[in-house]
Amino acid sequence: MARIITFSEAIKEAMQLAMRKDENVILMGEDVAGGAEVDHLQDDEAWGGVMGVTGGLVQEFGRDRVLDTPIAEAGYIGAAVTNAATGMRPVAELMFNDFIGSCLDEVMNQGAKLRYMFGGKAKVPLTIRTMHGAGFRAAAQHSQSLYGMFTAIPGIKVVVPSTPYDAKGLLLAAIEDDDPVVFFEDKTLYNVNGEVPEGYYTVPLGQGEIKRPGNELTIVGIGKQVQTALEAAEQLTAKGIDAEVVDPRSLSPLDESIILDSVMKTGRLVIVDEANPRCNVATDIAALVADKGFDYLDAPIKRVTAPHCPVPFSPALEDIYLPSAEKILKVVSEMIEDDTTVTM
Amino acid sequence: MKVSEETVQGITAEKASWMYQKMCEIRKFEDRVHELFGQGVLPGFVHLYAGEEAVAVGVCAHLDDNDSITSTHRGHGHCIAKGCELDGMMAELFGKATGLCNGKGGSMHIADVEKGMLGANGIVGGGFPLAAGAALTSKLKKTGAVAVCFFGDGAGNHGTFHEGINLAAIWNLPVVFVAENNGYAEATPFEYASSCTNIADRAKGYNIPGDIVDGKDATAVYAAAQKAVERARNGEGPSLIECKTYRNYGHFEGDAQKYKPDVEKKSHLEELDALRKFREYIASEGLLTDAELDDIEERVDHAVEVAVKFAEESPMPAEEDLTKDVYVSYETHDRGDV
Repeated sequence: MARIITFSEAIKEAMQLAMRKDENVILMGEDVAGGAEVDHLQDDEAWGGVMGVTGGLVQEFGRDRVLDTPIAEAGYIGAAVTNAATGMRPVAELMFNDFIGSCLDEVMNQGAKLRYMFGGKAKVPLTIRTMHGAGFRAAAQHSQSLYGMFTAIPGIKVVVPSTPYDAKGLLLAAIEDDDPVVFFEDKTLYNVNGEVPEGYYTVPLGQGEIKRPGNELTIVGIGKQVQTALEAAEQLTAKGIDAEVVDPRSLSPLDESIILDSVMKTGRLVIVDEANPRCNVATDIAALVADKGFDYLDAPIKRVTAPHCPVPFSPALEDIYLPSAEKILKVVSEMIEDDTTVTM
Repeated sequence: MKVSEETVQGITAEKASWMYQKMCEIRKFEDRVHELFGQGVLPGFVHLYAGEEAVAVGVCAHLDDNDSITSTHRGHGHCIAKGCELDGMMAELFGKATGLCNGKGGSMHIADVEKGMLGANGIVGGGFPLAAGAALTSKLKKTGAVAVCFFGDGAGNHGTFHEGINLAAIWNLPVVFVAENNGYAEATPFEYASSCTNIADRAKGYNIPGDIVDGKDATAVYAAAQKAVERARNGEGPSLIECKTYRNYGHFEGDAQKYKPDVEKKSHLEELDALRKFREYIASEGLLTDAELDDIEERVDHAVEVAVKFAEESPMPAEEDLTKDVYVSYETHDRGDV
């Protein structure tokens, strides 16, 4: 029987395997070990990151390779860029993706652009692991989903896993990759279980996956919203609609053909993205399909996203902020109400 | 450690009563929040200020509603010392419509602009330039108002520390930068993360005064803040005060705090306790009687319970509030299901 572990454990395992395989792989970030230089602290009592995702790594690899940093994102993310460019393969943890506000220059103007600006004579094998997502009552500055912003920047690759299996394989691929990769971890997925093989394997960047096959409707989900899409697909089955769920897994590079092929088959597209709706990944995918797949479409493309507002603290508001299966069903019913080929 | 030797001036019986009340409000509010969080009643992240009361109160004792403060993750104490109502604060922590921010901000973004409380902050180091900006307004409009930037030892290593303080110094802005050095940035000790021995040592680089005080001693904080606030009001520019203090709880609720030595925890919770110290000072100076101090504690106990009841009985925000107040003059459309 296949082994079941959590999303969080899958990420830790990927870190372990990468660090065992290549001594140039190091981890740095705020309290990624925790309690640096506290004499009485045993390393197994150390935090291992604010959510405990990297707990135990310091015991195996020591504090030279699991580096606690000051709360100074511009400093250590910037240092990670040239640490990568000069021969190491660092994984830098940006605790919450919202904190990119404190170090966007280092990512956008330095890390993303070195290779191009230097005429292809540099490479930046840096992975930035970062937490995103709403639903944790963490309010406006700790809950955003900013992968769209990074997808818009040439020179950076962007990965958003939705399952423990993908998280492990994609993180190993990200660390192996010679370009800077921002790896997004939805904080509400950390305790989700899934089948994960024990050994080293990679999931290639730029290769999406059909998470559920179907013939009448394509639902593309990003990260955790793949799960929402699967939930909606189940409910649609009961209504006699056969939905296919597509998980792009990486947003840059984007597996365009898996989306276009699916829409060619189904003729209908809903994109579920919990980021704010303007200039987000759902908009980008909608444009792609409008451009290259217009002839396949039997109905307008629909997007289910967060509204155009910050993430509210109050549980009553945050619950309605997020996409849901109900919201997906509502747009699907609008898409097919005039369509005589499908009854709902 | 160089400790400010300013004599304490102007702590009248009335001021002592106000200060003791505010310190009790902070302690009892935080202890109650700790309980409620443990019971699973409160959502989200909560960072408690208990233990550091002398800092917020010793500084805010010199401020009024026209003065501004910027705060940190650990913002409840600053709110209370700056005069925010407990009812609205507690309701905000519950995410209720009657909260100070209508439930939109929560613990990490609690604010009351009318009281000059410019917000707790989810971003470490966020407050330095924000305080400078409020002080610039004061300077340009000649209001005489002062801005105080409370920040933790973790933020002292953030890039905004340099930019904010340098800006305040070159523009001669009325800002007081108050370091709350509680020894730990999250789980990381100050000594590991900071190249300096004292945060106040860095003031020299900006040509501003840098004082170090015992942050568990409300009278010491009061005296240092008096000097710095007066200096700011007189147009003599910014100062930095480093308060050596301690947080009684973890970085956030749920933190097992194994990085703290037991002896250290115990001494801070007992003999070094800020409330105990200030109460002893009040008694030794004969400012208030034991009965008066007990009465303050009882009234605060009651006020905290009233606040909890108010929060529990308040309604949640309405659905239409979700997209309200994104802009002043532009109604955003709920595009979440378009």
